[in-house]
Amino acid sequence: MRHLLSTRDLSRDAAIELLDVAEDMADTQLREVKKLPTLRGKTVVNLFFEDSTRTRISFEAAAKRLSADVINFSAKGSSVSKGESLKDTAQTLQAMGADAVVIRHPASGAPQTLATSGWIDAGILNAGDGTHEHPTQALLDAYTIRKRVHGSASRGKDLDGLRVTLVGDVLHSRVARSNVWLLTTLGATVSLVSPPTLVPVNTTGWPVAIGYDLDEAIEGKPDVIMMLRIQAERMRDAFFPNSREYSKRWGLDDGRLGKLQATTIVMHPGPMNRGLEISAAAADSPQSTVREQVTNGVSVRMAALYLLLSGDREDA
Amino acid sequence: MSARVVLQQADIARALTRISHEILESNRGADDLVLLGIPTRGVILADRIAALISGIAGTAIEAGSLDVTMYRDDLAKHPTRTPAPTHIPASGIDGKTVVLIDDVLYSGRTIRAALDAIGDIGRPRAVRLATLVDRGHRELPIRPDFVGKNLPSAQTERINVHLVELDGADLVSIDEVRA
Repeated sequence: MRHLLSTRDLSRDAAIELLDVAEDMADTQLREVKKLPTLRGKTVVNLFFEDSTRTRISFEAAAKRLSADVINFSAKGSSVSKGESLKDTAQTLQAMGADAVVIRHPASGAPQTLATSGWIDAGILNAGDGTHEHPTQALLDAYTIRKRVHGSASRGKDLDGLRVTLVGDVLHSRVARSNVWLLTTLGATVSLVSPPTLVPVNTTGWPVAIGYDLDEAIEGKPDVIMMLRIQAERMRDAFFPNSREYSKRWGLDDGRLGKLQATTIVMHPGPMNRGLEISAAAADSPQSTVREQVTNGVSVRMAALYLLLSGDREDA
Repeated sequence: MSARVVLQQADIARALTRISHEILESNRGADDLVLLGIPTRGVILADRIAALISGIAGTAIEAGSLDVTMYRDDLAKHPTRTPAPTHIPASGIDGKTVVLIDDVLYSGRTIRAALDAIGDIGRPRAVRLATLVDRGHRELPIRPDFVGKNLPSAQTERINVHLVELDGADLVSIDEVRA
């Protein structure tokens, strides 16, 4: 793998390979010594133009567990605030010898630009770009679902036949987009439930069914229900009257939690707005995988870094 | 370029039986013995040797697998390798005698990686090495304790180990790769 930019262009075999490597990585995290020498001497730069807690820490932990050197860069307090362009930042990193760049950027397509511009030779990992994609989040979601469904026999398995419902702010959600493509590639049937104002303008070609009624979706007995965060920071319009109204119609509250099948998995990519899109009881219930998702994130990102950085780069 | 068969099925069976007896002899019994095979074919050999030793000693002994991919020193020189699962027996390896088992011993670099991997899992009392074929050309100070067959070879030759479980037949052959 040369770069990891989106899940849309990830083949089924490549996705399953990555999830299987993540299983091996997860096994090593149970050992007394969690650190592997695999990426010794490699430099991973976390290039974050947007705020992030779990993704940045997760990538940092993953790189460190593989013995890579990690340089953290956040746009705040850097020369970006002096007006430095992405090109100049990239060339600076190139001059310092970065082997991989993990980039989060408010502009959709920024990682693609880095990967194809020739400004930098490093492998590029998309850690979220605008409203485009967040591939490692979708991979860790797929990993979490696969692990819950297949248990310890999950190696090599896909998600054939599972029905996954994504609920909430699809319009602003790169997590939703990455999941739509990846989960479909892996064989799951994906449906979206969202206020009409938060459905993307153009969904032609999306392999999904779109609904507007959460209760109806719950009656359909989905295997997985994934609540998306209301991204207030990206909302420059009134997409719904107020948060109480949203919570009443599209929030996973205690009543709706009770109507779910006992086997339905409740997911949230975090950070959660408790009481808005998900109630505290739903977030902390045994059906919830919120914390597993965070744990699995480290293994999945270790796998991505390993597949990107090991091996003869000329062959990739 | 035809493959020359050097070990037949019966030869492999005899070699494994002898190795099993030797392991038992040097360990003075089957106590605290853990066999770890190195994927892919080392794992199959470890399972076979474990079964043989259990038959001889009358007590079941533990076998597992140890993947060394993440510890290799040549990761940057080859296309990306996909790791294989590691299974360490539930009782662990602390204070045990670990016997590493591989199909072919060549440069010794795989075993170097395996020793590092073991160090991250626990602290065995001793680590021994068993191999079905020792073809020479060591690049590190590593020496096997139990050898099925010493097979002096040229570096241009290739040793192929076939095992029933994976390849449909038990066979070791040599062929010439580069002129």
